[in-house]
Amino acid sequence: MLNNLAVNYEEAVAMILFGIGFCTLLFHRNLVKKIIGLNIMDTAVYLFLASMGYIEGRRSPIADPSVPASVSAFINPIPSGLVLTGIVVSVSVTAIMLALTIKLYKRYHTLNLDEIYMFAKNEDIG
Amino acid sequence: MKKNKFSRFFRWIEGGQKDSLEQKIDTGAEIRDGAVPPSSREKLYALLEAVPENRKKMENMEIRSFNRLYQVLCVLVCVIFISVLLLTVSYLPRFGGDHNPDNNEVAQRYIENGVAETGAVNLVAGMILDYRAFDTLGESCVLFTAVTCVFVLMKSLSSERTIPLTKDIMYDMSNDVILHQVVTFLFPVIMLFGVYILLNGHLGPGGGFAGGAVMGAGLMLYSLAFGEEKTERLFNERTFQVVSTCALSFYCLSKSYSFFTGANHLENIIPKGIAGNILSGGLILPLNICVGLVVACTMYGFYTLFRKGGI
Amino acid sequence: MEIFRIILLVTLVVCALSASFSKNILTSIVIFMSYSLVMSIIWAILQSPDLAITEAAVGAGVTSVLFFITLKKIRLISTGKKETPHEKE
Repeated sequence: MLNNLAVNYEEAVAMILFGIGFCTLLFHRNLVKKIIGLNIMDTAVYLFLASMGYIEGRRSPIADPSVPASVSAFINPIPSGLVLTGIVVSVSVTAIMLALTIKLYKRYHTLNLDEIYMFAKNEDIG
Repeated sequence: MKKNKFSRFFRWIEGGQKDSLEQKIDTGAEIRDGAVPPSSREKLYALLEAVPENRKKMENMEIRSFNRLYQVLCVLVCVIFISVLLLTVSYLPRFGGDHNPDNNEVAQRYIENGVAETGAVNLVAGMILDYRAFDTLGESCVLFTAVTCVFVLMKSLSSERTIPLTKDIMYDMSNDVILHQVVTFLFPVIMLFGVYILLNGHLGPGGGFAGGAVMGAGLMLYSLAFGEEKTERLFNERTFQVVSTCALSFYCLSKSYSFFTGANHLENIIPKGIAGNILSGGLILPLNICVGLVVACTMYGFYTLFRKGGI
Repeated sequence: MEIFRIILLVTLVVCALSASFSKNILTSIVIFMSYSLVMSIIWAILQSPDLAITEAAVGAGVTSVLFFITLKKIRLISTGKKETPHEKE
């Protein structure tokens, strides 16, 4: 197993990054820290996808129009296209989360999720 | 106020008229703001102090033991999760191998026939704007929806703002001489680079997403250095509305056109031209420009909405 | 090239860990910015220049600016709250 992991080190690092992001998401009570953890998870998934499309010793998929393109010259273009759209969507998701965070801070004057939860519960009772 | 079909909508947007659905549907915590005093924290502490001493101690102990349980369970879940993922990775095919299962006939087709069928030299651009153009249309709509969400969230925030943002001299950078000089030099270069990437998307690395992001970052830098008033001459709310709506509509029309012709293939209306020239690739260049404009508007829109609660 | 790639990946993990463990939020945002920059170099090595340009503009530029503005806004709200009792007196 360790041997295989050493061969697939790129994917293994992507999984470790995903785990780090997940831990950040679970352990921290601070909302901004949670958003950073989610972003790390995002990039880990993109790294995994991009490394699946990589083929050793081949070029990026930009063809030469004078020569007919052959498969053996280029890497797989599909993961690149998927990740390209994913990166831009992750920014808009981050922006919405940050706007919601500002809104929550405006109301409860704290970024700690536990305190926010306590205040919200208290409001419901009162 | 002009009297036309949409005047009510605009009046509602500008806050002059109350939403007719207000208090009929639950729009969240915002409406109850008047009823609950802002010092809910103090109220909670007062409540906590009123609780008898021993009961408070017991609750504290309960919370502490729950926290310890939570931490232990977190560690357990994370360790199991990471080890399962790593175990899966160890069974994956070798990294960088050319016979991996994801290098199948789809990628082969895209590479071998891509230049002839789409007219774009950059195969990624040809893929996302020709073979999978509807995917990109949905993605642009996601961006537009995100801006709308942030607009709604921040607009209601700015109407109740008590501290005017113009007074925060400590954070205002518009009087900084060094920043002014550097931005005067850098802004044209950044914008030129963004436009180059945008227009060159079908010939080299780049395209709508990258070029739009670079242009949006350049606009942000300009606005940071010279203040909002100067940027508004270049880019205001009206420009945002016109540009992003026109770009999205053009994209949508040019691609849904194929539904009227039988929906067999997303046909090019414009001839493809010779691959490798700047005016080639059929619809890919105009679509790249559309996507780039939408992305640039979105990025700059996020910035201004966060900064002052309006574009 | 292999060694360079491994160094970059180790930097990535270190950046992610320190962004997670740093006490100050501002520090962790700056570290996240450098994480995105390292990520864009890795994408250039993985032969995807499109991704490298987009990540450099979006991850290191736009996202961190949004984080910074959020922090500034939060600080403004909290200082504004502190000053209100003074104004009352």
